[in-house]
Amino acid sequence: MRIVAEHLTYTYNERSPFEKRALDDISLTIEEGEFFGIIGHTGSGKSTFVQHLNGLIRLPSSRKHFHPKKPKRGQPAPPAPVLKVGEFDLCDRRTDFRALRRSVGMVFQYPEYQLFAETVKEDVAFGLKNFAEKKDRPRAEEIETAVREALAAVGLNAAEVGEKSPFDLSGGQKRRVAIAGVIVTRPEVLILDEPAAGLDPLGKREIMELLHELHRTWCKTIVIVSHDMDEIAENCTRVAVFKDGTVPYVATPKELFSHAEELYALGLDIPLTAKLTAALARRGIAIDCDFTTEDFLAKVLALKKGGAS
Amino acid sequence: MKDVAFGQYYPADSFVHRLDPRLKLLFLIAFITAIFLATDFYGLAACAGVLLVIVLCSRVPLGKVFRAIRGILFLVLFTAVIQILFNHGDKAYWGGPAVYWEWKIFAVTQEGIVLAIFLVLRLALLVMCSSMLTYTTTPVALTDGIESLLTPLKWLHIPVHVLALVMNMALSLIPVLTGETERIMNAQKARGADFETGNIFRRIKAIVPILIPLLVSSIDRAEELGNAMDSRCYRGDIKRTKYKKLRFGWRDLIAFLLGAALVTGVVLLRVYVGGIL
Repeated sequence: MRIVAEHLTYTYNERSPFEKRALDDISLTIEEGEFFGIIGHTGSGKSTFVQHLNGLIRLPSSRKHFHPKKPKRGQPAPPAPVLKVGEFDLCDRRTDFRALRRSVGMVFQYPEYQLFAETVKEDVAFGLKNFAEKKDRPRAEEIETAVREALAAVGLNAAEVGEKSPFDLSGGQKRRVAIAGVIVTRPEVLILDEPAAGLDPLGKREIMELLHELHRTWCKTIVIVSHDMDEIAENCTRVAVFKDGTVPYVATPKELFSHAEELYALGLDIPLTAKLTAALARRGIAIDCDFTTEDFLAKVLALKKGGAS
Repeated sequence: MKDVAFGQYYPADSFVHRLDPRLKLLFLIAFITAIFLATDFYGLAACAGVLLVIVLCSRVPLGKVFRAIRGILFLVLFTAVIQILFNHGDKAYWGGPAVYWEWKIFAVTQEGIVLAIFLVLRLALLVMCSSMLTYTTTPVALTDGIESLLTPLKWLHIPVHVLALVMNMALSLIPVLTGETERIMNAQKARGADFETGNIFRRIKAIVPILIPLLVSSIDRAEELGNAMDSRCYRGDIKRTKYKKLRFGWRDLIAFLLGAALVTGVVLLRVYVGGIL
Protein backbone atom coordinates (compact mmCIF):
# COMPACT_ATOMS: atom_id res chain seq x y z
CA MET A 1 0.00 0.00 0.00
CA ARG A 2 1.28 3.38 -0.98
CA ILE A 3 1.01 6.14 1.61
CA VAL A 4 0.36 9.63 0.27
CA ALA A 5 0.08 12.68 2.52
CA GLU A 6 -0.35 16.20 1.24
CA HIS A 7 -0.83 19.46 3.13
CA LEU A 8 -1.33 17.67 6.42
CA THR A 9 -1.75 20.03 9.36
CA TYR A 10 -2.60 19.18 12.94
CA THR A 11 -2.92 21.29 16.08
CA TYR A 12 -3.20 19.89 19.59
CA ASN A 13 -5.65 21.55 22.00
CA GLU A 14 -6.83 24.08 19.50
CA ARG A 15 -7.99 27.38 21.01
CA SER A 16 -6.66 26.73 24.50
CA PRO A 17 -3.55 27.91 26.33
CA PHE A 18 -1.99 24.52 25.58
CA GLU A 19 -2.38 24.98 21.83
CA LYS A 20 0.46 23.43 19.90
CA ARG A 21 0.92 23.12 16.16
CA ALA A 22 2.30 19.59 15.73
CA LEU A 23 2.14 19.27 11.95
CA ASP A 24 2.43 22.20 9.60
CA ASP A 25 1.49 21.52 5.99
CA ILE A 26 3.33 18.25 5.55
CA SER A 27 3.59 16.41 2.26
CA LEU A 28 5.19 12.99 2.15
CA THR A 29 4.89 9.85 0.04
CA ILE A 30 5.95 6.39 1.16
CA GLU A 31 6.04 3.78 -1.60
CA GLU A 32 4.96 0.22 -1.18
CA GLY A 33 7.79 -2.08 -0.18
CA GLU A 34 9.91 0.58 1.46
CA PHE A 35 11.70 0.32 4.78
CA PHE A 36 11.09 3.93 5.63
CA GLY A 37 12.75 5.87 8.42
CA ILE A 38 11.49 8.95 10.23
CA ILE A 39 13.89 10.98 12.33
CA GLY A 40 13.51 14.16 14.34
CA HIS A 41 13.58 15.54 17.84
CA THR A 42 10.96 14.94 20.49
CA GLY A 43 8.04 17.18 19.65
CA SER A 44 8.94 17.46 15.98
CA GLY A 45 5.62 15.91 14.98
CA LYS A 46 6.80 12.46 13.93
CA SER A 47 4.58 10.59 16.38
CA THR A 48 1.61 12.75 15.44
CA PHE A 49 2.23 11.95 11.81
CA VAL A 50 2.38 8.19 12.24
CA GLN A 51 -0.75 8.21 14.40
CA HIS A 52 -2.56 9.71 11.45
CA LEU A 53 -1.65 6.72 9.31
CA ASN A 54 -3.96 4.28 11.07
CA GLY A 55 -6.63 6.74 12.02
CA LEU A 56 -5.78 7.08 15.71
CA ILE A 57 -5.76 10.78 14.97
CA ARG A 58 -8.57 11.63 12.61
CA LEU A 59 -8.45 14.36 10.02
CA PRO A 60 -11.14 16.95 10.67
CA SER A 61 -12.91 16.06 7.44
CA SER A 62 -13.33 12.45 8.55
CA ARG A 63 -15.01 13.34 11.84
CA LYS A 64 -18.73 13.17 12.38
CA HIS A 65 -19.60 16.84 12.69
CA PHE A 66 -17.30 18.48 10.25
CA HIS A 67 -17.79 22.05 9.15
CA PRO A 68 -15.02 23.32 6.90
CA LYS A 69 -13.57 26.56 8.19
CA LYS A 70 -14.28 29.59 6.10
CA PRO A 71 -11.08 31.19 4.86
CA LYS A 72 -10.36 34.66 6.16
CA ARG A 73 -11.26 37.44 3.78
CA GLY A 74 -8.49 38.43 1.42
CA GLN A 75 -6.61 35.18 1.99
CA PRO A 76 -6.70 32.21 -0.35
CA ALA A 77 -8.25 29.10 1.16
CA PRO A 78 -5.58 26.71 2.47
CA PRO A 79 -5.19 23.66 0.24
CA ALA A 80 -7.31 20.71 1.34
CA PRO A 81 -5.30 17.96 3.04
CA VAL A 82 -4.93 14.60 1.33
CA LEU A 83 -4.11 11.40 3.17
CA LYS A 84 -4.33 8.05 1.48
CA VAL A 85 -3.07 4.68 2.65
CA GLY A 86 -3.50 2.29 -0.24
CA GLU A 87 -7.14 2.46 -1.25
CA PHE A 88 -8.19 3.94 2.11
CA ASP A 89 -9.00 7.63 1.87
CA LEU A 90 -8.49 8.95 5.40
CA CYS A 91 -10.15 12.26 4.60
CA ASP A 92 -13.44 10.51 3.99
CA ARG A 93 -15.84 9.85 6.83
CA ARG A 94 -17.21 6.73 5.12
CA THR A 95 -13.85 4.96 5.21
CA ASP A 96 -13.85 1.71 7.19
CA PHE A 97 -11.36 2.67 9.89
CA ARG A 98 -11.47 -0.77 11.45
CA ALA A 99 -10.33 -2.35 8.21
CA LEU A 100 -7.67 0.34 7.97
CA ARG A 101 -6.32 -0.46 11.44
CA ARG A 102 -6.28 -4.10 10.52
CA SER A 103 -4.01 -3.49 7.55
CA VAL A 104 -1.86 -0.78 9.14
CA GLY A 105 -0.26 -2.24 12.26
CA MET A 106 1.13 0.15 14.83
CA VAL A 107 3.74 -0.73 17.44
CA PHE A 108 4.08 2.03 19.99
CA GLN A 109 7.15 2.98 21.95
CA TYR A 110 7.83 0.44 24.70
CA PRO A 111 5.04 -1.82 23.45
CA GLU A 112 5.66 -4.26 26.29
CA TYR A 113 3.62 -1.91 28.50
CA GLN A 114 0.46 -2.78 26.63
CA LEU A 115 0.51 -6.47 27.54
CA PHE A 116 -2.38 -7.38 29.78
CA ALA A 117 -3.71 -10.90 29.27
CA GLU A 118 -3.17 -13.91 31.48
CA THR A 119 -1.22 -15.85 28.90
CA VAL A 120 0.98 -14.89 25.98
CA LYS A 121 -1.37 -16.66 23.57
CA GLU A 122 -4.39 -14.73 24.76
CA ASP A 123 -2.54 -11.45 24.47
CA VAL A 124 -1.42 -12.13 20.93
CA ALA A 125 -4.94 -13.24 19.98
CA PHE A 126 -6.46 -9.99 21.31
CA GLY A 127 -6.14 -8.06 18.06
CA LEU A 128 -7.26 -11.03 15.99
CA LYS A 129 -10.48 -11.42 17.98
CA ASN A 130 -11.15 -7.68 17.93
CA PHE A 131 -10.86 -7.38 14.18
CA ALA A 132 -12.93 -10.47 13.47
CA GLU A 133 -16.23 -9.81 11.78
CA LYS A 134 -19.28 -10.64 13.87
CA LYS A 135 -20.65 -12.92 11.18
CA ASP A 136 -17.74 -15.27 10.79
CA ARG A 137 -15.84 -15.50 14.02
CA PRO A 138 -12.56 -17.34 13.56
CA ARG A 139 -12.62 -20.83 15.00
CA ALA A 140 -10.38 -21.70 17.93
CA GLU A 141 -8.02 -23.69 15.70
CA GLU A 142 -7.66 -20.78 13.29
CA ILE A 143 -6.77 -18.43 16.13
CA GLU A 144 -4.36 -21.00 17.52
CA THR A 145 -2.60 -21.33 14.16
CA ALA A 146 -2.41 -17.57 13.57
CA VAL A 147 -1.00 -16.97 17.07
CA ARG A 148 1.55 -19.73 16.66
CA GLU A 149 2.69 -18.29 13.32
CA ALA A 150 2.91 -14.75 14.66
CA LEU A 151 4.97 -15.90 17.62
CA ALA A 152 7.22 -17.89 15.32
CA ALA A 153 7.63 -14.83 13.11
CA VAL A 154 9.08 -12.88 16.04
CA GLY A 155 11.32 -15.79 16.97
CA LEU A 156 9.36 -17.24 19.86
CA ASN A 157 8.15 -20.78 20.31
CA ALA A 158 4.43 -20.92 21.07
CA ALA A 159 4.78 -24.30 22.77
CA GLU A 160 7.40 -22.85 25.07
CA VAL A 161 6.01 -19.42 26.05
CA GLY A 162 2.40 -19.63 24.90
CA GLU A 163 0.90 -20.60 28.23
CA LYS A 164 3.17 -18.37 30.33
CA SER A 165 2.08 -15.04 31.75
CA PRO A 166 3.49 -12.21 29.62
CA PHE A 167 4.67 -10.56 32.84
CA ASP A 168 7.03 -13.48 33.55
CA LEU A 169 9.02 -12.99 30.35
CA SER A 170 12.26 -11.05 29.92
CA GLY A 171 12.19 -7.50 28.53
CA GLY A 172 13.24 -8.51 25.03
CA GLN A 173 10.73 -11.38 24.95
CA LYS A 174 7.92 -9.08 26.11
CA ARG A 175 8.66 -6.73 23.26
CA ARG A 176 8.58 -9.62 20.79
CA VAL A 177 5.24 -10.76 22.17
CA ALA A 178 3.89 -7.22 21.82
CA ILE A 179 5.04 -7.06 18.20
CA ALA A 180 3.48 -10.47 17.57
CA GLY A 181 0.23 -9.07 18.96
CA VAL A 182 0.26 -6.43 16.25
CA ILE A 183 1.39 -8.50 13.25
CA VAL A 184 -1.03 -11.32 14.04
CA THR A 185 -3.61 -9.69 11.75
CA ARG A 186 -1.07 -9.68 8.91
CA PRO A 187 -1.00 -5.92 8.31
CA GLU A 188 0.43 -4.76 5.01
CA VAL A 189 2.05 -1.73 6.59
CA LEU A 190 3.83 -1.95 9.92
CA ILE A 191 4.69 1.23 11.80
CA LEU A 192 7.05 1.09 14.75
CA ASP A 193 7.82 3.96 17.10
CA GLU A 194 11.36 3.54 18.42
CA PRO A 195 11.29 -0.25 18.17
CA ALA A 196 14.76 -0.65 19.69
CA ALA A 197 14.48 1.93 22.48
CA GLY A 198 15.81 0.78 25.83
CA LEU A 199 17.39 -2.43 24.55
CA ASP A 200 21.04 -3.37 24.82
CA PRO A 201 23.15 -3.37 21.60
CA LEU A 202 22.57 -7.07 21.00
CA GLY A 203 18.83 -6.71 21.61
CA LYS A 204 18.77 -3.78 19.21
CA ARG A 205 20.45 -5.76 16.50
CA GLU A 206 18.12 -8.69 17.03
CA ILE A 207 15.05 -6.47 16.78
CA MET A 208 16.29 -4.87 13.58
CA GLU A 209 17.09 -8.27 12.08
CA LEU A 210 13.63 -9.37 13.08
CA LEU A 211 12.13 -6.37 11.29
CA HIS A 212 14.04 -7.18 8.12
CA GLU A 213 12.77 -10.73 8.34
CA LEU A 214 9.21 -9.41 8.73
CA HIS A 215 9.78 -7.06 5.81
CA ARG A 216 10.69 -10.02 3.61
CA THR A 217 7.82 -12.23 4.69
CA TRP A 218 4.91 -10.53 6.47
CA CYS A 219 4.61 -6.79 5.95
CA LYS A 220 5.29 -5.19 2.61
CA THR A 221 6.01 -1.74 3.98
CA ILE A 222 7.74 -0.91 7.24
CA VAL A 223 8.00 2.57 8.74
CA ILE A 224 10.19 3.13 11.76
CA VAL A 225 10.53 6.24 13.89
CA SER A 226 13.96 6.50 15.44
CA HIS A 227 16.49 8.69 17.19
CA ASP A 228 19.36 6.40 16.35
CA MET A 229 21.12 7.52 13.15
CA ASP A 230 23.17 4.33 12.94
CA GLU A 231 19.97 2.35 12.96
CA ILE A 232 18.53 4.50 10.19
CA ALA A 233 21.69 4.37 8.04
CA GLU A 234 21.92 0.64 8.52
CA ASN A 235 18.37 -0.29 7.66
CA CYS A 236 16.25 2.23 5.81
CA THR A 237 15.65 2.70 2.12
CA ARG A 238 14.58 6.32 2.56
CA VAL A 239 14.43 8.79 5.42
CA ALA A 240 12.22 11.77 6.24
CA VAL A 241 13.55 14.40 8.61
CA PHE A 242 10.94 16.09 10.82
CA LYS A 243 11.59 19.52 12.26
CA ASP A 244 8.98 21.53 14.19
CA GLY A 245 6.06 20.01 12.32
CA THR A 246 7.63 20.29 8.86
CA VAL A 247 9.61 17.88 6.70
CA PRO A 248 12.68 19.72 5.41
CA TYR A 249 14.36 16.64 3.88
CA VAL A 250 13.29 13.34 2.37
CA ALA A 251 16.20 11.37 0.94
CA THR A 252 18.03 8.09 0.94
CA PRO A 253 20.38 7.66 3.92
CA LYS A 254 23.30 7.98 1.54
CA GLU A 255 22.20 11.40 0.26
CA LEU A 256 21.05 12.58 3.64
CA PHE A 257 24.13 11.72 5.66
CA SER A 258 26.49 13.22 3.05
CA HIS A 259 25.03 16.57 4.09
CA ALA A 260 26.26 16.52 7.66
CA GLU A 261 26.22 20.29 8.00
CA GLU A 262 22.49 20.58 7.36
CA LEU A 263 21.72 17.85 9.87
CA TYR A 264 23.93 19.43 12.50
CA ALA A 265 22.10 22.70 11.88
CA LEU A 266 18.84 20.90 12.69
CA GLY A 267 20.39 19.61 15.90
CA LEU A 268 20.57 16.04 14.61
CA ASP A 269 23.50 13.69 14.59
CA ILE A 270 24.97 11.58 11.77
CA PRO A 271 25.91 7.90 11.98
CA LEU A 272 29.36 6.80 13.05
CA THR A 273 30.21 5.59 9.54
CA ALA A 274 29.41 9.04 8.11
CA LYS A 275 31.63 10.65 10.75
CA LEU A 276 34.48 8.31 9.88
CA THR A 277 34.02 8.91 6.16
CA ALA A 278 34.14 12.65 6.77
CA ALA A 279 37.27 12.29 8.90
CA LEU A 280 38.92 10.26 6.15
CA ALA A 281 37.84 12.78 3.54
CA ARG A 282 39.55 15.54 5.52
CA ARG A 283 42.79 13.59 5.18
CA GLY A 284 42.31 13.26 1.47
CA ILE A 285 40.88 9.75 1.38
CA ALA A 286 37.56 9.71 -0.41
CA ILE A 287 35.27 6.77 0.18
CA ASP A 288 32.00 6.44 -1.63
CA CYS A 289 29.90 4.26 0.65
CA ASP A 290 26.22 4.14 1.57
CA PHE A 291 27.04 4.45 5.30
CA THR A 292 26.08 0.93 6.29
CA THR A 293 28.77 -0.68 8.42
CA GLU A 294 29.14 -3.52 5.96
CA ASP A 295 29.68 -1.31 2.93
CA PHE A 296 31.96 1.05 4.85
CA LEU A 297 34.16 -1.78 6.05
CA ALA A 298 34.27 -3.38 2.60
CA LYS A 299 35.35 -0.09 0.98
CA VAL A 300 37.96 0.66 3.63
CA LEU A 301 39.41 -2.84 3.43
CA ALA A 302 39.47 -2.65 -0.36
CA LEU A 303 41.34 0.62 -0.04
CA LYS A 304 43.85 -0.96 2.31
CA LYS A 305 44.36 -3.91 0.00
CA GLY A 306 44.73 -1.63 -2.97
CA GLY A 307 47.73 -0.13 -1.20
CA ALA A 308 46.58 3.49 -1.30
CA SER A 309 47.99 5.63 1.49
CA MET B 1 -10.00 11.46 29.05
CA LYS B 2 -9.30 15.03 28.08
CA ASP B 3 -12.84 15.99 29.04
CA VAL B 4 -12.20 15.60 32.74
CA ALA B 5 -12.13 19.28 33.58
CA PHE B 6 -12.55 19.09 37.33
CA GLY B 7 -9.29 19.58 39.13
CA GLN B 8 -6.91 20.72 36.46
CA TYR B 9 -4.63 23.68 36.54
CA TYR B 10 -5.37 26.42 34.03
CA PRO B 11 -2.21 28.44 33.46
CA ALA B 12 -2.65 32.21 33.35
CA ASP B 13 -1.05 35.20 35.01
CA SER B 14 -3.70 36.84 37.12
CA PHE B 15 -4.55 38.33 40.48
CA VAL B 16 -6.22 35.13 41.60
CA HIS B 17 -3.38 32.90 40.43
CA ARG B 18 -0.89 34.86 42.49
CA LEU B 19 -2.86 34.70 45.73
CA ASP B 20 -1.41 32.78 48.64
CA PRO B 21 -2.70 29.19 48.37
CA ARG B 22 -3.42 29.11 52.12
CA LEU B 23 -5.70 32.06 51.70
CA LYS B 24 -7.39 30.49 48.72
CA LEU B 25 -8.06 27.38 50.76
CA LEU B 26 -9.50 29.38 53.65
CA PHE B 27 -11.49 31.46 51.19
CA LEU B 28 -12.91 28.30 49.68
CA ILE B 29 -13.95 27.07 53.12
CA ALA B 30 -15.56 30.44 53.83
CA PHE B 31 -17.27 30.38 50.45
CA ILE B 32 -18.66 26.88 51.00
CA THR B 33 -19.86 27.93 54.46
CA ALA B 34 -21.59 30.91 52.90
CA ILE B 35 -23.26 28.69 50.31
CA PHE B 36 -24.60 26.42 53.03
CA LEU B 37 -25.66 29.31 55.24
CA ALA B 38 -27.60 30.87 52.40
CA THR B 39 -31.18 29.71 52.74
CA ASP B 40 -32.68 31.78 49.95
CA PHE B 41 -31.95 32.92 46.44
CA TYR B 42 -30.57 36.28 47.59
CA GLY B 43 -27.80 34.53 49.47
CA LEU B 44 -27.00 32.31 46.50
CA ALA B 45 -27.04 35.36 44.22
CA ALA B 46 -24.50 37.06 46.50
CA CYS B 47 -22.27 33.97 46.33
CA ALA B 48 -22.69 33.74 42.56
CA GLY B 49 -21.80 37.43 42.25
CA VAL B 50 -18.59 36.99 44.21
CA LEU B 51 -17.73 33.88 42.23
CA LEU B 52 -18.27 35.78 38.99
CA VAL B 53 -15.89 38.52 40.14
CA ILE B 54 -13.29 35.89 41.03
CA VAL B 55 -13.65 34.14 37.68
CA LEU B 56 -13.36 37.42 35.79
CA CYS B 57 -10.26 38.37 37.79
CA SER B 58 -8.68 34.97 37.16
CA ARG B 59 -8.92 35.06 33.34
CA VAL B 60 -10.18 31.48 33.33
CA PRO B 61 -12.83 31.25 30.60
CA LEU B 62 -16.36 31.11 32.02
CA GLY B 63 -17.16 28.12 29.83
CA LYS B 64 -14.40 26.13 31.48
CA VAL B 65 -15.82 26.89 34.92
CA PHE B 66 -19.29 25.77 33.84
CA ARG B 67 -17.85 22.62 32.38
CA ALA B 68 -16.77 21.59 35.88
CA ILE B 69 -20.43 20.84 36.60
CA ARG B 70 -20.38 18.04 34.07
CA GLY B 71 -18.43 15.90 36.52
CA ILE B 72 -21.36 15.82 38.94
CA LEU B 73 -24.14 16.16 36.40
CA PHE B 74 -25.66 12.84 37.44
CA LEU B 75 -25.72 13.84 41.10
CA VAL B 76 -27.31 17.18 40.24
CA LEU B 77 -30.03 15.60 38.11
CA PHE B 78 -30.66 12.89 40.70
CA THR B 79 -31.09 15.46 43.46
CA ALA B 80 -33.43 17.54 41.35
CA VAL B 81 -35.60 14.58 40.37
CA ILE B 82 -35.86 13.35 43.97
CA GLN B 83 -36.84 16.82 45.16
CA ILE B 84 -39.47 17.27 42.49
CA LEU B 85 -40.99 13.83 42.96
CA PHE B 86 -41.06 13.49 46.74
CA ASN B 87 -41.66 16.95 48.17
CA HIS B 88 -45.12 17.22 49.71
CA GLY B 89 -44.91 20.87 50.83
CA ASP B 90 -47.97 23.01 50.23
CA LYS B 91 -46.38 26.43 50.03
CA ALA B 92 -47.43 28.40 46.95
CA TYR B 93 -44.89 30.69 45.30
CA TRP B 94 -46.89 31.75 42.31
CA GLY B 95 -50.51 31.51 41.15
CA GLY B 96 -52.13 28.17 40.59
CA PRO B 97 -52.39 25.14 42.82
CA ALA B 98 -49.57 24.48 45.28
CA VAL B 99 -49.76 20.76 44.53
CA TYR B 100 -49.87 19.80 40.87
CA TRP B 101 -50.05 16.05 41.16
CA GLU B 102 -50.05 13.54 43.96
CA TRP B 103 -50.02 9.75 44.00
CA LYS B 104 -49.11 7.68 47.07
CA ILE B 105 -45.65 8.84 48.12
CA PHE B 106 -45.07 10.81 44.93
CA ALA B 107 -46.02 14.43 44.43
CA VAL B 108 -45.13 17.35 42.22
CA THR B 109 -45.48 20.59 44.15
CA GLN B 110 -44.48 24.19 43.70
CA GLU B 111 -42.27 23.91 46.75
CA GLY B 112 -40.58 20.84 45.31
CA ILE B 113 -39.79 22.62 42.08
CA VAL B 114 -38.42 25.69 43.84
CA LEU B 115 -36.35 23.56 46.21
CA ALA B 116 -34.99 21.52 43.30
CA ILE B 117 -33.84 24.68 41.53
CA PHE B 118 -32.30 25.92 44.75
CA LEU B 119 -30.39 22.70 45.38
CA VAL B 120 -29.16 22.49 41.80
CA LEU B 121 -27.84 26.04 42.02
CA ARG B 122 -26.21 25.26 45.36
CA LEU B 123 -24.46 22.16 44.03
CA ALA B 124 -23.37 23.96 40.89
CA LEU B 125 -21.88 26.81 42.92
CA LEU B 126 -20.10 24.35 45.19
CA VAL B 127 -18.44 22.58 42.30
CA MET B 128 -17.63 25.74 40.43
CA CYS B 129 -15.92 27.41 43.37
CA SER B 130 -13.93 24.28 44.21
CA SER B 131 -12.80 23.92 40.63
CA MET B 132 -11.74 27.58 40.65
CA LEU B 133 -9.26 26.67 43.38
CA THR B 134 -7.66 23.93 41.29
CA TYR B 135 -7.81 25.95 38.08
CA THR B 136 -5.83 28.79 39.64
CA THR B 137 -3.49 26.91 41.96
CA THR B 138 -0.73 24.54 40.94
CA PRO B 139 -0.80 21.19 42.76
CA VAL B 140 2.50 21.98 44.40
CA ALA B 141 1.26 25.30 45.76
CA LEU B 142 -1.92 23.62 46.91
CA THR B 143 -0.19 20.93 48.95
CA ASP B 144 2.20 23.54 50.33
CA GLY B 145 -0.81 25.47 51.51
CA ILE B 146 -2.51 22.42 52.98
CA GLU B 147 0.64 21.41 54.78
CA SER B 148 1.00 24.88 56.22
CA LEU B 149 -2.62 25.01 57.32
CA LEU B 150 -2.39 21.60 58.98
CA THR B 151 0.64 22.62 61.06
CA PRO B 152 -1.36 22.53 64.32
CA LEU B 153 -1.80 18.78 63.83
CA LYS B 154 1.97 18.37 64.07
CA TRP B 155 1.72 19.14 67.77
CA LEU B 156 -0.49 16.08 68.08
CA HIS B 157 2.30 14.04 66.41
CA ILE B 158 0.34 13.50 63.25
CA PRO B 159 2.77 13.21 60.30
CA VAL B 160 1.47 16.16 58.32
CA HIS B 161 4.47 16.25 55.97
CA VAL B 162 3.85 12.65 54.93
CA LEU B 163 0.22 13.41 54.16
CA ALA B 164 1.30 16.48 52.18
CA LEU B 165 3.92 14.49 50.29
CA VAL B 166 1.46 11.74 49.40
CA MET B 167 -1.05 14.30 48.24
CA ASN B 168 1.56 16.17 46.24
CA MET B 169 2.71 13.03 44.49
CA ALA B 170 -0.83 11.91 43.76
CA LEU B 171 -1.66 15.27 42.23
CA SER B 172 1.52 15.57 40.23
CA LEU B 173 1.05 12.07 38.84
CA ILE B 174 -2.39 12.85 37.44
CA PRO B 175 -1.07 14.26 34.15
CA VAL B 176 1.44 11.41 33.90
CA LEU B 177 -1.32 8.87 34.37
CA THR B 178 -3.70 10.56 31.92
CA GLY B 179 -0.90 10.65 29.35
CA GLU B 180 -0.16 7.01 29.94
CA THR B 181 -3.82 6.02 29.81
CA GLU B 182 -4.10 7.76 26.49
CA ARG B 183 -1.05 5.96 25.18
CA ILE B 184 -2.26 2.55 26.27
CA MET B 185 -5.72 3.29 24.90
CA ASN B 186 -4.19 4.19 21.55
CA ALA B 187 -2.09 1.07 21.57
CA GLN B 188 -5.12 -1.13 22.24
CA LYS B 189 -7.21 0.78 19.71
CA ALA B 190 -4.52 0.05 17.15
CA ARG B 191 -5.10 -3.60 18.00
CA GLY B 192 -8.78 -3.17 17.27
CA ALA B 193 -10.08 -2.58 20.78
CA ASP B 194 -13.39 -0.75 20.86
CA PHE B 195 -14.26 1.39 23.87
CA GLU B 196 -17.20 3.29 22.50
CA THR B 197 -19.84 0.81 21.45
CA GLY B 198 -21.69 -2.05 23.08
CA ASN B 199 -23.69 -2.37 26.27
CA ILE B 200 -22.37 -1.55 29.70
CA PHE B 201 -20.94 -5.03 30.36
CA ARG B 202 -19.03 -5.02 27.09
CA ARG B 203 -17.65 -1.59 27.89
CA ILE B 204 -16.54 -2.62 31.36
CA LYS B 205 -14.85 -5.65 29.86
CA ALA B 206 -13.18 -3.40 27.30
CA ILE B 207 -11.50 -1.43 30.08
CA VAL B 208 -9.52 -4.43 31.34
CA PRO B 209 -6.82 -4.15 28.62
CA ILE B 210 -6.23 -0.56 29.75
CA LEU B 211 -6.49 -1.04 33.47
CA ILE B 212 -4.05 -3.91 33.85
CA PRO B 213 -1.11 -2.30 32.01
CA LEU B 214 -1.83 0.94 33.85
CA LEU B 215 -1.80 -0.80 37.22
CA VAL B 216 1.39 -2.70 36.42
CA SER B 217 3.27 0.41 35.34
CA SER B 218 1.95 2.41 38.30
CA ILE B 219 3.26 -0.14 40.77
CA ASP B 220 6.58 -0.20 38.94
CA ARG B 221 6.76 3.56 39.03
CA ALA B 222 5.90 3.75 42.72
CA GLU B 223 8.67 1.32 43.49
CA GLU B 224 11.18 3.27 41.41
CA LEU B 225 10.15 6.52 43.04
CA GLY B 226 10.54 4.99 46.48
CA ASN B 227 14.00 3.69 45.58
CA ALA B 228 15.01 7.07 44.17
CA MET B 229 13.92 8.78 47.39
CA ASP B 230 15.64 6.18 49.54
CA SER B 231 18.88 6.46 47.64
CA ARG B 232 18.87 10.21 48.22
CA CYS B 233 18.27 9.58 51.93
CA TYR B 234 14.96 11.40 51.88
CA ARG B 235 13.41 11.89 55.29
CA GLY B 236 10.29 13.94 55.71
CA ASP B 237 10.26 14.10 59.50
CA ILE B 238 13.30 16.30 59.91
CA LYS B 239 12.93 20.03 59.46
CA ARG B 240 12.87 20.75 55.74
CA THR B 241 13.34 24.10 54.08
CA LYS B 242 11.23 25.31 51.16
CA TYR B 243 12.37 26.50 47.78
CA LYS B 244 9.42 28.82 47.47
CA LYS B 245 8.21 30.34 50.71
CA LEU B 246 4.58 31.29 51.04
CA ARG B 247 4.02 34.98 51.68
CA PHE B 248 0.92 36.80 52.75
CA GLY B 249 0.73 40.05 50.72
CA TRP B 250 -1.64 42.93 50.01
CA ARG B 251 -3.57 40.91 47.42
CA ASP B 252 -4.25 38.32 50.04
CA LEU B 253 -5.54 40.95 52.41
CA ILE B 254 -8.03 42.18 49.81
CA ALA B 255 -9.21 38.64 49.12
CA PHE B 256 -9.46 37.95 52.83
CA LEU B 257 -11.63 41.02 53.36
CA LEU B 258 -13.82 40.03 50.41
CA GLY B 259 -14.32 36.55 51.84
CA ALA B 260 -15.11 37.87 55.30
CA ALA B 261 -17.57 40.37 53.81
CA LEU B 262 -19.31 37.62 51.86
CA VAL B 263 -19.85 35.39 54.87
CA THR B 264 -21.00 38.29 57.03
CA GLY B 265 -23.31 39.50 54.26
CA VAL B 266 -24.91 36.09 53.86
CA VAL B 267 -25.38 35.74 57.62
CA LEU B 268 -26.94 39.21 57.81
CA LEU B 269 -29.21 38.36 54.89
CA ARG B 270 -30.32 35.25 56.70
CA VAL B 271 -30.98 37.03 59.95
CA TYR B 272 -32.72 40.17 58.68
CA VAL B 273 -34.30 39.31 55.34
CA GLY B 274 -35.16 35.73 56.19
CA GLY B 275 -35.42 32.92 53.71
CA ILE B 276 -38.03 32.95 51.01
CA LEU B 277 -37.99 29.19 51.20
